Amino acid sequence: MTAPTPEAGALPAGTARPRWRESLALLLRNPIAVFAGAILGLVVTAALFGEALAPSGFNEVDIAARLQPPSGKHLFGTDELGRDVLSRVLLGAAVSLQVGLVAVGISLAVGTTVGLLAGYYGRRLDDVLMRLMDVLFAFPAILMAIAVLAILGPGTTNAMVAIGIVYTPIFARVTRAAVLGVREEVFVRASRSVGASDLRLLVRHVLPNAAPPIIVQTSVSLAFAVLSEAALSFIGLGTQPPDPSWGRMLSEGRGFIELAWWMAFFPGLAIFVTVLSFNLLGDALRDVLDPRQRTAMSSTATGEGGARA
Amino acid sequence: MTYPGRRGAPVIDVADLRVRLRTRRGSAQVVNGLSYQVHPGETVAVVGESGSGKSVSVLALLGLLPERISQVEGCATFDGQDLLSLDEEALRRVRGAGIGMVFQDPMTSLNPVLTVGRQLVEGIRAHARIGVPAARTRAADLLGEVGLPDARRALDRYPHELSGGMRQRVMIAIALSSEPALLVADEATTALDVTVQAQILELVSRLQADRGTGVIWITHDLGVVAGIADRVLVMYGGRCIEDGDVDDVFYRPAHPYTRGLLGALPRTDEPDDKPGGGTPGELVTIPGTPPSPTDLPPGCVFWPRCPVRADPRCETEVPPLVPVHEPAGTPAGVQHHAATFCPPDAVQGGAS
Amino acid sequence: MLVFLLVHLVPGDPVRLALGTRFDQETYEALRERAGLDLPLPVQYLAWVTSALTGDLGVSFRSGDPVTSLILERLPATLSLATTSILVALAVSIPLGTLSALRPRSVIDHLATLVSQAGISVPDFWMGILLILLFAGTFGLLPAGGYVPLSQDPLAWASHLVLPSVTVGVVSGSILTRFVRSSVLEAIGQDHVRTARSKGLGARTVLRWHVLRNALLPLVTVTGVQLAYLLSGVVVVEIVFAWPGLGQLALQSVQSRDYPVLQGAVLLFAVVFLVINLIVDLLYARLDPRISYR
Repeated sequence: MTAPTPEAGALPAGTARPRWRESLALLLRNPIAVFAGAILGLVVTAALFGEALAPSGFNEVDIAARLQPPSGKHLFGTDELGRDVLSRVLLGAAVSLQVGLVAVGISLAVGTTVGLLAGYYGRRLDDVLMRLMDVLFAFPAILMAIAVLAILGPGTTNAMVAIGIVYTPIFARVTRAAVLGVREEVFVRASRSVGASDLRLLVRHVLPNAAPPIIVQTSVSLAFAVLSEAALSFIGLGTQPPDPSWGRMLSEGRGFIELAWWMAFFPGLAIFVTVLSFNLLGDALRDVLDPRQRTAMSSTATGEGGARA
Repeated sequence: MTYPGRRGAPVIDVADLRVRLRTRRGSAQVVNGLSYQVHPGETVAVVGESGSGKSVSVLALLGLLPERISQVEGCATFDGQDLLSLDEEALRRVRGAGIGMVFQDPMTSLNPVLTVGRQLVEGIRAHARIGVPAARTRAADLLGEVGLPDARRALDRYPHELSGGMRQRVMIAIALSSEPALLVADEATTALDVTVQAQILELVSRLQADRGTGVIWITHDLGVVAGIADRVLVMYGGRCIEDGDVDDVFYRPAHPYTRGLLGALPRTDEPDDKPGGGTPGELVTIPGTPPSPTDLPPGCVFWPRCPVRADPRCETEVPPLVPVHEPAGTPAGVQHHAATFCPPDAVQGGAS
Repeated sequence: MLVFLLVHLVPGDPVRLALGTRFDQETYEALRERAGLDLPLPVQYLAWVTSALTGDLGVSFRSGDPVTSLILERLPATLSLATTSILVALAVSIPLGTLSALRPRSVIDHLATLVSQAGISVPDFWMGILLILLFAGTFGLLPAGGYVPLSQDPLAWASHLVLPSVTVGVVSGSILTRFVRSSVLEAIGQDHVRTARSKGLGARTVLRWHVLRNALLPLVTVTGVQLAYLLSGVVVVEIVFAWPGLGQLALQSVQSRDYPVLQGAVLLFAVVFLVINLIVDLLYARLDPRISYR
């Protein structure tokens, strides 16, 4: 307490408004974040221009050239129908990202709203909403998604909804915690005392201050959404053939694992690298935006555990 | 209490201690050339505001600062060896056995999940080759000595089952368990309420008198200092800016900062006519904040807040710590030093 | 505790309700009547609860076997996998997390962070497939999948367990590593650790009794949560390794709309969750003197 310890020294106390430009500069100085961003850039490029970039059509069947190992002609080899694995992996990016973005979009919208309401209004509403979220959260994520898909039927759209539902409670919790943190801050109380409306308060003051943990959570959730989509497609409940989805390709490749390892290897690698990049970016964002929340990792650890189980 | 005088060699002799800490904001000179001695049975109070480097200066002696971010220089002779050049194992043997420590917050300074007895026994057994039963007997005796009722049973208590005062007594028992020659109390009474504070001070004085232990008492509470210290060392911005007998420093402060501190002392006994003083009983603080250790002023560290600024050198030159010329008729005690260019008359009129 | 119990028993009902809408196909009409599905929901629920309390969870639509025995059949496989996986996870995470917390921002720390981040990100089914390819295919050291009961052949039981439990353990272990790291990091900064050092205790004693003893307390909770999730079935990994566990059973029951089985599985998950939470609470109370039963 006598000396400024390095941990305590640099951080301003209280809930200062996040400084976006400074944060971005800090982020760009982190090589891991830049690396992760670059990888994600590639994935996005593949998702947007996959068809143009792919060396051959993703459904171009060539039985004569089936199960070819990686070569100059087919960098990632070919599958049992002679389709080019690289082309399919490139196109799979679109499905993965699309499902990830829409699913996280759903949980972000619903979860944040629930969290804001619960955190801001408190009491009964808080009890009811958060209890609901707890019930939702108590299920292993993948089982929950499977159950939702059982009701809605398999398919890409339904997978988005299922994953979206599964990750809603996490956003609700993160938002609620952040809102509770700022609700009693001086500036919020001050605005309230001058008669600002609830909606105005929520949107203008509470939300921006709750944003850093939500942004971090978004990045991390994108990782798990991509992973979940792959898992669901792997067990046949997500994207349906003939669309190239990484999880689907992996499951098809599994049957040929001893004949053609590349069929399962490359789609899996694509999933791994994408998920890892989202996670690393999330970590870097947490360091930059939300250094005080580092301990919250412990509570997210159980959340991540749920997401993965 | 009786002042034992300065018999024999000092328990500890610190010379030109410098501590540098690496922080996120850059390198910070937290302690800057600190020298002092503590003799057996003597209590030296180290006084200063938060951030003055007083805690760091003693943690550095025992190698208790995080190694990767701290850089300690100087010399600290204890028991014939320089603490600052000892390896970890040799230092470990000094910790507890040679120098015992009591920390500020008794709530957090004891491990909440281990019994009091365990925490005492492990300390005893770290320095003496005795079995657990013997160590427990000694632990119980120690707890009795520091005034815990029903000491035997207290051994099996957990810290949270004891009051703050009792916990601090346990801390003292732990610190004294291996009969150290020097006891360091780092804000040991700050977290306690006033009556308990008095009890703890009384306890330490008694144990100290029994054992002839030297004591370094780190505090920002001048009331505590007046009660127990033989000598006072005032720290500011990592430097010692004044030291001397407690009476000399209290009644004839030579440094403007010390005067400010004394002005900041809540007084109820007399009307206050000092500069910077307020109405009786009112706490007065010195305007401004202590300098950041990453960005110290080039001259006197107190210059930016100094109300006197009597000499142009103050701004550019670090004033050396030199003997203060006492007015004729003052009783001869330990040498009184201050680091200031201010002439004595400019600062006369301290608490008298 | 009671509230918790109530909350977690409720999910049996919504799932039943939701799945009920799918049962309008002709083929199931007779079955519906036999199973009492034409009765009002509260009545059904009551009937189900009362029989569930006696251990009767109904009969599978698909096979006609009692649900209770179907589940009990699967339990040993799931228990084996979950417990060995959690052991693997702890064996990885405690040393790795501690090591990286002891030297924050060192090379080891960055490496451990990267490795655990990779472990969290790796699709477990992909890793399982790669492990099979490597250890069952190329080296031919271990079986590619399947489960052998412990009572039948302990050695085969163990060898079949290696790959799946490593797969699951790496993922769980990575999550736990991050937790251990932050927990140890927090514990090291505590005042009482400084006290322990100031007493002259050796570095090992300080680490063992004043850092880890405290830091690993919350790990009990997190490990419990992890274990509960693993017991509820690591669906995808079970499929990869042809592991006849509860996850697989649940997936099959979803796919075939065999809802007494699904309902039984969900009830079991809820019970597992409760039991593990109870064990964690009891364990915590034993390990942390600050928590009393009263």
